[in-house]
Formats: sequence, structure tokens, C-alpha cells
Amino acid sequence: MVESSGSSPKGSGWSRPKRASQPPARLVGAASGWGMNCRAEVLEVSVEGRQVEEALLAVLHTVLLHRSTGKFHYKKEGTYSIGTVGTQDIDCDFIDFTYVRVSSEELDRALRKVVGEFKDALRNSGGDGLGQMSLEFYQKKKSRWPFSDECIPWEVWTVKVHVVALATEQERQICREKVGEKLCEKVINIVEVMNRHEYLPKMPTQSEVDNVFDTGLRDVQPYLYKISFQITDALGTSVTTTMRRLIKDTLAL
Amino acid sequence: MDTDLSSQDRKDLDKFIKFFALKTVQVIVQARLGEKICTRSSSSPTGSDWFNLAIKDIPEVTHEAKKALAGQLPAVGRSMCVEISLKTSEGDSMELEIWCLEMNEKCDKEIKVSYTVYNRLSLLLKSLLAITRVTPAYRLSRKQGREYVILYRIYFGEVQLNGLGEGFQTVRVGTVGTPVGTITLSCAYRINLAFMSTRQFERTPPIMGIVIDHFVDRPYPSSSPMHPCNYRTAGEDAGVAYPSVEDSQEVCTTSFSTSPPSQCVFTVSKAHFQTPTPVVTDTLRVPMAGLAFSHQLMVPGKEGGVPLAPSQPAYGTQADHEKMATCTPSDGAHYIVTPSSSEDTETVSNSSEGRGSPHDVLEAILVRKVGALVNNSLDQVTMTNLDIPFAMFAPKNFELEDNDPMVNPPDSPDTESPLQGSLHSDGSSGGSSGNTHDDFVMVDFKPAFSKDDILPMDLGTFYREFQNPPQLSSLSIDIGAQSMAEDLDSLPEKLAVHEKNVKEFDAFVETLQ
Repeated sequence: MVESSGSSPKGSGWSRPKRASQPPARLVGAASGWGMNCRAEVLEVSVEGRQVEEALLAVLHTVLLHRSTGKFHYKKEGTYSIGTVGTQDIDCDFIDFTYVRVSSEELDRALRKVVGEFKDALRNSGGDGLGQMSLEFYQKKKSRWPFSDECIPWEVWTVKVHVVALATEQERQICREKVGEKLCEKVINIVEVMNRHEYLPKMPTQSEVDNVFDTGLRDVQPYLYKISFQITDALGTSVTTTMRRLIKDTLAL
Repeated sequence: MDTDLSSQDRKDLDKFIKFFALKTVQVIVQARLGEKICTRSSSSPTGSDWFNLAIKDIPEVTHEAKKALAGQLPAVGRSMCVEISLKTSEGDSMELEIWCLEMNEKCDKEIKVSYTVYNRLSLLLKSLLAITRVTPAYRLSRKQGREYVILYRIYFGEVQLNGLGEGFQTVRVGTVGTPVGTITLSCAYRINLAFMSTRQFERTPPIMGIVIDHFVDRPYPSSSPMHPCNYRTAGEDAGVAYPSVEDSQEVCTTSFSTSPPSQCVFTVSKAHFQTPTPVVTDTLRVPMAGLAFSHQLMVPGKEGGVPLAPSQPAYGTQADHEKMATCTPSDGAHYIVTPSSSEDTETVSNSSEGRGSPHDVLEAILVRKVGALVNNSLDQVTMTNLDIPFAMFAPKNFELEDNDPMVNPPDSPDTESPLQGSLHSDGSSGGSSGNTHDDFVMVDFKPAFSKDDILPMDLGTFYREFQNPPQLSSLSIDIGAQSMAEDLDSLPEKLAVHEKNVKEFDAFVETLQ
């Protein structure tokens, strides 16, 4: 299944690249034309400015909690053992909400970095306060030289963020609670999707593990993922092409 | 295709399901302990972490779960249920959630046990971790403590959802298909958090420190004991302690009743109150800016600690006044200062450092007191704002620093002497007047919110009046109705005026946009 999606004539983003990869274009392609097995989920949140980071972290961490395993340790004869994933509760400061994330400082730092960039971009854009962030899980497919590796997404989570400005303290207090309730609903939605047990990449052999998992972290092993974001206007089209990616090694030539 | 499970697979599957059930209970109960849970990731597999997740095992909980399961596994018609309920300090209780681990007949024969089922069970546990933080009971459990506690109960058999009230909601955590059936994990939670009438449960009198082992009148035959979700404080059989919140409050209300000016009353935390009355009297003469300061002065360095009472700013509002008086820790004790020597010796002997005579303690206080007093900003605070709580501690004369007895002690250049003067009835320095006594002095009080020139009154009278304020005139019905009628009558005129000025209003609105 994974093999065929690369050559699917569907989405325009998936033709085999004839030149050196252009990451932004491919990413846009990924956003618009899915491979056959890529499922896309969209979540929307309306938050106050200071809640943006926590709301996004809550969603991203909840997804990554389900999409991370312990570190693999391959043994002889093709078997492997899996490390242990710890979890921790995080209370939000600006939202009446607590979420669970994997205990990995590295992962948390990486997410906070990109969420911080998103928040800055939102603030500086001066637009309507609309933006979206995408968390994409992908597999790498090695191509023969001179083609670089393909990144084939199999699940994309998009969080659409709408920033509202509130005037009074009372409104802010209500917003704290309301956003907390909304995030509870989002977590239930995420869990529902996870529970469908739809396509997941096969457990890889030792030589293939880096095509499926991000093995660069010290204590946990999430599936390969990238995060990008855009600031949009009311129609949802990209106002700026500020696309930042959190990539592990897709620029390898 | 061989659809029968190999015996090894069957054994593995049973083991997985059993440990999954135990871990499920752990996750649920730990999520209702009221604390944040944090476990560490470990890259090297320890071999003992089921489902590759670091979930601690609380022994009591495991014991209870095993007891409920009694060697069986969840099967069709036999579900494992964890019931979470809330119990107030008065004995009312309410079921909040029922978490059900069920098995149905829908089998997935082709699924691989040791790999796919295991991983999916792990995923399901992660989902459970996430969902347990999202139901309404989570926030309630984080706030448990004084007024209520959260209890859990594990039972095996038919799911009973009657106690959840009307309109309860269900959330499905997830399902995992296995060759012997489909495991489903779900939660039914109460929406209507209004308290159930006490008729439904036999009301037990609040028992402190004794374990409440069972619920009387529960409609379920196999009623297993409820347990508090706070294993850290006690073992399995420990009681749920309800701190006596009423005490400090009651004490506070009596504290200000009929207190002649000679008496000065505080609410002080027991841990820090160890100074005898002389200290109290001394503080009366100090231009302090609130109860907080008096507390500071009353800590003679037993542990050098800061008292537990919050140090509020000098000019608190009336609410703060109350708050300060009542928000001492639950073991707060209140002392009405009376010239009883037995009390003195008792308090003195309470000191862990075994300080000797009151005088010694006093001297220690004195040194501190001066330090606090000569703080200029403090003086300014007291002088600029007359509306300070406990202004009775402030000197009579705010206006001039010259008249401040602590800045210019009238009788003696020695910093210690004003106090000693009062102690030994030496003279009326700094506003002390009236009878002097060996242990305390009379001081003319200027109660908070009551200025000199308008309503001179003593603190007790003031407090009582404050407790029983007259009814607000606008709240009384007759006057309310009258003014309403008047308002209605004047409406047409007002409307006419406004209509005339429409253009002005529009222009104003324009400027706002």
C-alpha cells in the first residue's frame, strides 16, 4: 500500500520529483493532495492570544502521545524490544485544562519552539488572527540516485486557530473555562480517531527503522513527523508563505 | 486458516487482558488522586513495564482490583467496573463516573496476539490516560481535600449506571479486537452535579478519622468497600480525615465580641503563637499596617519563620479583614488575651527552644519590632491612609511623624523602654491610657473603617454593627417599586431628549470606531 501511494496519479504533489526536491512545494502538495492512505483530520479552536501556545501544545502532545513508542532495541534474529514511555500531566496556565504528554523534554522543546514561532507569526501578521498548524506523520521511501527520498504522509492533523481579543476580565475568565471544555472535546475527538486502528506503518526492520520512526530522541520514539504552519486570511488561503518545518532529515541529498 | 488460538497465544492473551485490566484500574484511580502524575521514560526496557508504559502500581489498588476480579477475566456479561464517587465532609455522596471494561462476542480471529493486540492495548491505555483528564470528575478531583474527597470502588459483573443521575453521558475510550472477543473501554459520567437528596443514601454523621468501610443502603448486592483516592496520606484502612474548618471560623466570630479596649484579640496559627501576652500588648502600640505585621512581630524566631497568615497590604478592604481573620490554616487557634498567668506559662513553655521568662521572649521581640517600625515607608503607609484594618494597632496620631511614639519615644531614648514602660505600668507613652496591668495596657483603639471624628467607637461595637448592617434601602421592596414607577414615568421624557440629540450620539459613535 505504501508503495503504490507514491505513484498515485491523484494529488498533484505526488509525481516523482525530477529535480532536486523543493521542500516547500512538496509540503504544499502534501497539504492539498493526499496519498491513498493518508488520512486528514482537522480541528478548530478559538482562543485568546495568550492561550494559543497552550492550546496547540495540548493538541499536539495528545496526538504525539498516541503516536510515540518507546525506543526500539534490535536484537539478533530480527527481534526487538521496546523501551518504556513515561507520561506527565501538564496544567495549562491560561486555560482550565490539563493534558497528558510523553515524558520527553526534547520532544516538548521541539514542539514549544515551533508553536512559539507560530504564535509570533500570528501576532506579527496583523491579520485577522487566523492561522493553522499541521502535524504530519510520514514515511520515507528511499529512492535511487539521483532522486532524493520521498516523504509520504500517512496522517495529517491540522489545527485551525482563530485568535479572539477579549475586553473584560470576566470575558477572559469565561474564555478560560470555555476553551478548556473545547479542548476536552478535541481530546475525545483525537482519541476517537486513534481508536479506529486504521493504517499504521508496519513495524520496520532495523535497517528501515529510520524510514518510519524518528530515532533521534533520547527517550521516546515518535513516528516521523513534520510540523508546518501558515497564517491565513478569512478565506483560508495563505496570506504569507511563512512555512517552517520541523524536519529531521528530509533535506538529505 | 487455523482460527483456533494456539495455547501459547491463548495464555498470552489472557495474561494481556488481566494486566490490562489491572493497569486500567491504576490509571483511573491515579487520575483521581488529586495530584499531577509524572513518570519517567526509559529507553532501556526494564521488562516489567506492561504495555511499554510507565504506570506505577499502587499496591492497595492492585489488591482491590485483584480481589474484585477474583481470578476471572472480563468476559461477556462480566465487566470490570471502576466507580468514582464524591463524598462531602458532611457525609453526602454522589457517584460521578463509572469506567467499564467490557468484552463482547465480536471476535477478530486473524489478529496477531503477541504483537497487534499488545500494541493496541498499549494505545488504548494511552487513550485512557488522555481521557481521564478530560471528564468533569478530573477537575473535581484536583480540588478535593477539605470539603470533599473522591472515592473509588471496583466491582465485577453487571454494569450499574443508576447512580449517575439523569442525562449522564458516555465517552468511549477505545476498543481492541482479539480472537476471543472485543475489549471495550468506556466511561459513563454524571452531568447533573447538583447534589442528590440525602434521602437516597442513609445519611451518616460526619465521622472524623474513622474509616467508612461500606455504604449502608446501597442497592447493589455485591457492594465492595469504597476507598479514598488518596493513598499517600494513609494506608488502605486509614480514615478520611476531614479538617475542622468550622473551628477557626467560630473562634473568629467570638473573638471580637464584647471586647473591652483592654483586650486585644488575634487569630493566630498555633505553630507560631508562642509568645505570651506582653508581646500582644506591645504590638498594640506599634504603628503596624495590618495583622500581617502583628504576626511577624509575634514570631520571636522560634524557627525564624514567617507566619502562615498571608501578609496583606496595609490598607486591605473589609473583605480582606475577614479573610485575614479566617484564612489561617485549619489548625489555627485563637487566643483571647486575658491576664491569666497560666496561659502565659503554657504558651511560653510551648516554645520549642525552651525560652525562659516572658521577659526574655519579650526582648527578642523588641529588637525585631524596632526594626520593623522604623521603616519609613511603613510609617507613610499608616499615615497616609486612615482606612486601614486593625488601625487599633496604629498610634493615635497619624498626622505628624513627630508625634509617632515609636519614632520619638516620648519617655526614654532607649528603644526598649516604651515597652518596658507599658509592662511595668510606667507611664502613658504612645497613646496608652486607662488602666495598666502587669501584662497588658489599655489603648484607645481606632477601629478600622471608623474615623476618629465621625464615629468613635470600640472595636467590638464596630464589629457587631458590621455583622448586622441595616438593609440596603434600594433592596427594600416598597422603595424599589416606587423608584421603578418613577423611572418608568420619566422614560418618555428621557427618550424625547435623546432623540433630539441623535446626531451628537452618532458623531460620538463614529469617533469610537
